[in-house]
Amino acid sequence: MRAEPPGAQPEWLDGAAGPVVRPYTLTGGRVRPAVDGFDLVAFVLTRADADPSGRPGLQPEHRRLVELARRPAAVADLAADLDLAVGVVRVLLGDLLARGLVSVHEPPAAGLPDNDILKAVVNGLRAL
Amino acid sequence: MDYARSDRDSSGARLPLALKILIAGGFGAGKTTLVGALSEVRPLQTEEVLTGAGIGTDDLSGVEGKSTTTVAMDFGRITINEDLQVYLFGTPGQDRFWFLWDELAFGALGAVVLADTRRLADCFPSIDYFEQRGIPFVVGVNCFDGSRRFGIESVRQALDIDPDVPMVLCDARDRQSAKLLLISLVEHVARQRGEPVPVA
Repeated sequence: MRAEPPGAQPEWLDGAAGPVVRPYTLTGGRVRPAVDGFDLVAFVLTRADADPSGRPGLQPEHRRLVELARRPAAVADLAADLDLAVGVVRVLLGDLLARGLVSVHEPPAAGLPDNDILKAVVNGLRAL
Repeated sequence: MDYARSDRDSSGARLPLALKILIAGGFGAGKTTLVGALSEVRPLQTEEVLTGAGIGTDDLSGVEGKSTTTVAMDFGRITINEDLQVYLFGTPGQDRFWFLWDELAFGALGAVVLADTRRLADCFPSIDYFEQRGIPFVVGVNCFDGSRRFGIESVRQALDIDPDVPMVLCDARDRQSAKLLLISLVEHVARQRGEPVPVA
């Protein structure tokens, strides 16, 4: 059995494929997104002019991601909302990014947040 | 409040800043309970491809024989304000999921290690992990009903933890107690950086 390229052929999703690659049937067997990144707390935002309708090769899950990310949504939240594995969601987000439908904002890589932010966290926790 | 690091995308939409805090400790130490005391717990599925074939390449012609295992982790989100979210991630307990820790720990603000005094050794790997990577952490000694109560200093001694690392007696079920645990972590992070401890 061979994996089909993106845009999986329907016959690939037969019973024999079964649970072996189950989480990745949605991605046509791709286990890595086209680009690196997508931290669990990276925010995804659908581009204002994004219109996924009529885009070939998009699955219902792609479209749901586009809808969910109309407001900024973290990768972990999106995976939980779709009840899909994070790796699968990353591949799908990679597709959306490649089509220019979403933007992805990784958390700041450099160092710790400044003291104002830590202060706000402490105050926010106290107020919970 | 306007944060220097608040981000805006090209369309001007305002993006929150998310901080990651890890909740670690041995199996049954109360990680899920602690996340649940502070936020709605949501399951996060992650998975790993188990065989070596195809790993590290983008060529997926070797899908046959590849199998995946699904690992469920818990996470929760605390909204501090519209610009600031705190994400809590419960670390998977089993050693074979260490690879997931590296991803979770990347960019994390710090960690809470929950210790169960009945099985103190269970939290050694977590402590080692954070010590080796220089990730700030606090230890929460979870006091279950009927669990043996040790003095905090004897637990510190048993865990062989640096005197600077805060140790807090806690009840992971109790929201107030869980809040104090997280606050002690954030204050510890601020202190480690040599800045004054944030005061309310």
